[in-house]
Amino acid sequence: MTTNNSEPGPVIPSMISIVDYGMGNLRSVEKALEKLGCATQFVTTPEAIDAADSVILPGVGAFGDAMAELRRHGLVEPLCRYATGGKPMLGICLGMQVFFESSDEAPGVAGLGVMPGTVRRMTPHEGLKIPHMGWSGLSVKPGSRLLESVEDGTHVYFVHSYHVCPSDENVIAADCQHGCRVVAAVERGALWGTQFHPEKSQAAGLAILGNFARAAGAVSTLTFP
Amino acid sequence: MLTKRVIPCLDVKDGRVVKGVNFVNLIDAGDPVACAIAYDRAGADELVFLDITASHEGRAPIIDVLRRTAAEVFMPVTVGGGIRTLDDIKAMLRAGADKVSLNTSAVEDPDFVQAAAARFGTQCIVVAIDAKRTNGSRPYPFEVYTHGGRTARDLDAVAWAQRMEKLGAGEILLTSMDRDGTRDGYDLELTAAIADAVGIPVIASGGVGNLEHLAEGVLKGHAEAVLAASIFHFGEFSISEAKAHLATRGIAVRENVER
Repeated sequence: MTTNNSEPGPVIPSMISIVDYGMGNLRSVEKALEKLGCATQFVTTPEAIDAADSVILPGVGAFGDAMAELRRHGLVEPLCRYATGGKPMLGICLGMQVFFESSDEAPGVAGLGVMPGTVRRMTPHEGLKIPHMGWSGLSVKPGSRLLESVEDGTHVYFVHSYHVCPSDENVIAADCQHGCRVVAAVERGALWGTQFHPEKSQAAGLAILGNFARAAGAVSTLTFP
Repeated sequence: MLTKRVIPCLDVKDGRVVKGVNFVNLIDAGDPVACAIAYDRAGADELVFLDITASHEGRAPIIDVLRRTAAEVFMPVTVGGGIRTLDDIKAMLRAGADKVSLNTSAVEDPDFVQAAAARFGTQCIVVAIDAKRTNGSRPYPFEVYTHGGRTARDLDAVAWAQRMEKLGAGEILLTSMDRDGTRDGYDLELTAAIADAVGIPVIASGGVGNLEHLAEGVLKGHAEAVLAASIFHFGEFSISEAKAHLATRGIAVRENVER
């Protein structure tokens, strides 16, 4: 499918490739994108990643298992290549955590390392529960494309026990508080990630996925002359 | 900051909502998916489906319910009832559930909780605990029951919750069997005893009759989330009324998203 149509006329929306590596509830991501009018496909092979116009890396579960599954599917190299190639990519929850170099959850296991930094265990604070599970309000950094038109204080759904600590403060697109500062979203060029689950965050989440879909050219831009 | 969650629970049997839900403009009050959509629009923070279908063979309807719900409702969905194997969990998650709730299967085989958490992640393993006061008949105050409160298990509910946390439960769904259906409010001593003993979130359940009961669950029971069924289903109170009441009691809630 092509997005670069040099001739005047309708632009065919591109397809969003959702990486299926056995980690997580892919159906929710797929259905949320369908609701937005996007075409999606599940991809499992290195060739499919290389050929993708845009990629969503979902994931729930453990960091070590996720990297093992990505390795088993031969996807580590293709995803690293893709993530640094400038095409739109969104990691969700664990799918964002694996962008980083390592995690307390799996000492010695290398992440994709496409964003500098590590993933750390959240430390319990008085009266606060781990996992951080539920709806927390976002503090949004101005200028974020991922969170464009998302108002400060918007609640989104989190469920995680580990959080990312980027070495580069500039990649942080939003944060929230849960005993400590929790990085809620990262963004560097076309490489985006959310710790929260947009596909589970009702209207706010759909708006965020819509921002990705637009960046990915996956929303119909059909115009009638 | 994390808000406290308000969670309606739908009892489902053979793919239909037991007793139905009394919402204005709901075309089929017995259709779990229609109810789920209505609660989504009303701003519920999560949804629980409890499948009370008796036979293991009768599981296809709940899978279908989950699949149809996932296409329309973009909030976290937990499903419980009769889940006994890793394949059961996989089927529920693939159909669109975010979390599964384990009860009898956890008591009968605690290692199952560990295996499930290792395989699918702690975030999707909820352990449901049905507890009753022992009133001195045991050396501990609250006892674990299974089979819908019919079978006493001689397990200290507080120690059991701690053990479940250790084995990988990500959340506890705690129901007082003494209060369930009474409308007298949550058993706050039970709720606080468990919530204070574990580091994972506790959902309070059983006995809600008015909105102040929900607030008490948080303020006195120290619950992270409050679950109710009949007060919402029968249209006595809306989700937004519940949240507005919690807010007046100083509890942080998510702004209501009417769509």
